[in-house]
Amino acid sequence: MSAPVLELSGVTREHRQGDLVVHALRGADLTVAPGELVAVMGASGSGKSTLLHIAGGLDTPTAGQVLVEGQELTRLSAAALAAVRRRSVGYVFQDLNLIPALTAVENVSLPRELDGVRGRQARAEARAALDEVGIGELADRFPDEMSGGQQQRVAIARALVGERRLLLADEPTGALDSTTGEEVLRLLRARCAAGAAGVLVTHEARHAAWADRVLFLRDGVVVDTSGPVTGAESLLPAGGGA
Amino acid sequence: MSIRHGLLALLERGPSHGYQLRAQFDSATGATWPLNVGQVYTTLDRLERDGLVAQDGAPDGSPDGEGRIAYRITDAGRAEVRTWFGSPVGSRAAPRDELAIKLALAVTTPGVDVLAVVQTQRSATMSTLQELTRLKVREAADDLAWSLVLDSLVFRAEAEIRWLDHCEARVARAAARRPTVPPAAATPAPEAAPAGKRGRR
Repeated sequence: MSAPVLELSGVTREHRQGDLVVHALRGADLTVAPGELVAVMGASGSGKSTLLHIAGGLDTPTAGQVLVEGQELTRLSAAALAAVRRRSVGYVFQDLNLIPALTAVENVSLPRELDGVRGRQARAEARAALDEVGIGELADRFPDEMSGGQQQRVAIARALVGERRLLLADEPTGALDSTTGEEVLRLLRARCAAGAAGVLVTHEARHAAWADRVLFLRDGVVVDTSGPVTGAESLLPAGGGA
Repeated sequence: MSIRHGLLALLERGPSHGYQLRAQFDSATGATWPLNVGQVYTTLDRLERDGLVAQDGAPDGSPDGEGRIAYRITDAGRAEVRTWFGSPVGSRAAPRDELAIKLALAVTTPGVDVLAVVQTQRSATMSTLQELTRLKVREAADDLAWSLVLDSLVFRAEAEIRWLDHCEARVARAAARRPTVPPAAATPAPEAAPAGKRGRR
């Protein structure tokens, strides 16, 4: 197996409010290899968004290690961390954050241009990313000229553009209907199959089921992990019955 | 649904007669699955034969003044109850009712880690859901009829998980209102999650 893209070990995140210490995450471990999609489930407040933010370098753990493509994020300078965030990590949030005054291709090429890539090359990469998510022909439309599912594809293309190998998605199917939501998952799944590593936070079991592994968080602790069953024997009750 | 396990779980709380067991079972499960007393005694006979319960009281098993025989659970019976609470209900082999009954008994049996019971089931159902999704992607992509059948199983499994989420939230809320936990009559399943460390928000 190739080297993991993401490795969290013993990650703890505390928030202090006066004398009160709230543990958003306690001793969480998670390793994601290229080609893998891992879903994280849990009730609100279980720590699943905190886990995603820490994995993407948007939040810093109180204890533990976070490695993205072998780089320990907590030891990086602010500038180096920002570079990892721009170059290695793609984010898809429920709130798409598309810029309404920019076309699809401009929205997707913006992060590359901010990263110092020349305009012409950035736009070529953006068109390729839009092709990959199946909306190449909509490249010159503005967000409000597209359906919710198409806008979500633009957001995913923006997360994929360049050489980013870690894809972090927080409720990416948000307000989409069930068929469109499924297309978004199909796309994430396909991207991971093509070599990216993905982490998907969701409260929908039907969406989490697209992942290779599902982590269950409760009060900041990983309480269980499930993978797909592979044979009829595991569908039988283990305890025996009458 | 296994009457055996239901009765064993009730006997975990203390020795009982057949009539009492039937009444306790009905009250624990909201009488959604009424037992007749014949079923109860037949099951108790088999449990005794298998060494999971024993007659309580006089060594010769003589009935009390009203002609009733009380039963108590044995160590082997306790182990059987722990195994039952610790294992998920199969999605094919057992009707869904067993899950509702198992949870109803879990919340009323002292010492059972209900959240661990919920999580065991949720993981098992999630595994089934993952497998159904894989089937859909790999094999049913171009077959609308099969794909829709798989969808029906997907939605059913999803509904079960949603209900388990709901149970977990209800149990956590009830636990927060009741600060002291009653003394444990049974040890929780060995794979139980560290429920004791749960924070209170």
